[in-house]
Amino acid sequence: MSFDFAPVWISLKTSLSATAIALVLGVLAAEWRDRRRRAFGGLLDALCLLPLILPPTAVGFFLLLLFGRNGPLGRLLLHFGAIIVFSWPATVITAAVVSFPLVYVTARGAFAQIEPAYADAARTLGASEWRVFRRITLPLAAPGIFAGATLAFARALGEFGATVMLAGDIPGRTETLPLAIYFDIEAGQMRQALGAVMVVLLVSFAVLIALGILARAARRRRIPEK
Amino acid sequence: MELDVQIEKRLPGGFRLQVAFRASGAPLGILGPSGAGKSLTLRTIAGLERPDRGHIVLDGRVLFDSASGADCPSRDRRVGLLFQNYALFPHLSVAQNIAFAMRGLARDDRDRRVARQIESVHLQGLEARHPAALSGGQQQRVALARALAAEPQALLLDEPFSALDAHLRGEIERELREALAGYRGAALFVSHNLEEAYRFCGELIVLANGRIVAAGPKEDLFRHPPGLEVARLTGCKNFSRARVAADGRIDALDWGCTLRVAQRVPATLGHIAIRAHHIRVRADGARELQFVAAHDAQAGGENAFSCWLAAATEAPFRVTLYLHLHAPAASSSDFHVQAEISKDVWETFKDAPQPWRVEFSADRLFLLPD
Repeated sequence: MSFDFAPVWISLKTSLSATAIALVLGVLAAEWRDRRRRAFGGLLDALCLLPLILPPTAVGFFLLLLFGRNGPLGRLLLHFGAIIVFSWPATVITAAVVSFPLVYVTARGAFAQIEPAYADAARTLGASEWRVFRRITLPLAAPGIFAGATLAFARALGEFGATVMLAGDIPGRTETLPLAIYFDIEAGQMRQALGAVMVVLLVSFAVLIALGILARAARRRRIPEK
Repeated sequence: MELDVQIEKRLPGGFRLQVAFRASGAPLGILGPSGAGKSLTLRTIAGLERPDRGHIVLDGRVLFDSASGADCPSRDRRVGLLFQNYALFPHLSVAQNIAFAMRGLARDDRDRRVARQIESVHLQGLEARHPAALSGGQQQRVALARALAAEPQALLLDEPFSALDAHLRGEIERELREALAGYRGAALFVSHNLEEAYRFCGELIVLANGRIVAAGPKEDLFRHPPGLEVARLTGCKNFSRARVAADGRIDALDWGCTLRVAQRVPATLGHIAIRAHHIRVRADGARELQFVAAHDAQAGGENAFSCWLAAATEAPFRVTLYLHLHAPAASSSDFHVQAEISKDVWETFKDAPQPWRVEFSADRLFLLPD
């Protein structure tokens, strides 16, 4: 029997989409939190980090409550004829939810390390808040944010528990690599499982090497203190 | 171009800033120790901090007014701020840093203006460099060119030399003065260094603890400090509590002597003071001192006393002597006054037997109200 590549493509598609969503939302949330002190800031932080700490099955449980047939979001989407549970978008949603905290945390760290004088200087030079963000804050935080995105991608790639609950295991549609490994072994197809494991191993290695390169580049770019 | 500032701001730690002044044309110096509220004042004018009360008006434009609720955002104020550490964008080149301040221009027009700014601060050839690859002086010039590129109506300089090595300052100060000479807007110059402020500005404001304790032409402030705080900030080192004696002279309580002064005695006398370099020290021996003391009442070398050396610190060309009056010092930290003399003079009597003679000339002593 030949190796089934479908889980590889599904995993890559899912992880990349999820990373993109987590990246945008994580960076925006971090920037929004960074710019002002807020009441209940600690609570907000905890809420953003929760998916990182909770067991994935618990995350899956909450997502089912939210997106299920009787959940608030599920009902709303049903209105437009969309059913999330057991569909491919469900894999993206779960992967994005569990990897969001990694982007959020690293982006907050990256923003906090930027000398506030840069943004202030930009403002006195006539820059709007959007221009300050796009031309100054974001580029200066980029190395940290990239690292966060890489971690988010790795986390999305490995996501199993929440995915199996919200998206189920539908070969060719929602069966990602981690799911394929589990169900191959359950079915006694060790060769198939080994192939999937090798692919995951390769991708993970590539991610780690990319992280190393980024970290080195960031160190080189750092400005020596005067 | 006039800048009219009257602001009040309370900080969480209990600090309260309350200042009011006007600036136009020549740079107005704001002198004060660190923590006096100098930087906060500049940040408020630039729109980076919001005052609790008051108004800021630049050339007729209301930038802030608590009465009407007006609060112009920083980007629209046209107030340039030269940061203490320059705050050059580290990921942009020299040319990009300067171009950042220019907006709404066609590309070639902008490039031309950037080139002109770079030329005006003599940085040709460094356009593509990043700030980290520039010297401190070059960084400052880029920061100045960038601030001026936005065509501000007021320019605020926050301790522009504090990040530079001492040996670079003289040259860079001269360059900055030159660059500012052509500037037509209002300018504020903040410093904790009195000599720097003196060289840069005609008028000075002295800030202490969030309040203006003195303001006026710099010569007046240095010659007749209006109070203890100002005297100290303008570099005066010797103070003694003072009381008017029966014969109209002044009892210097901490120094244990009575002094004749040339200045009119203020209504509420607090302290008597003299600058370190105005004290004269001689090793003329005790005999002559007695002679002087005996003739004190008539004329001549009055205000002279015997003194013993407690400690001396040598700088390359000058020496600071810590002197104990009337009796030998118990330790090196037991002294009444410090005198600053040139090393050449010091060499002539440093090995002479003590006591020496210290003289406070009457027209150099100043009286400070309480």
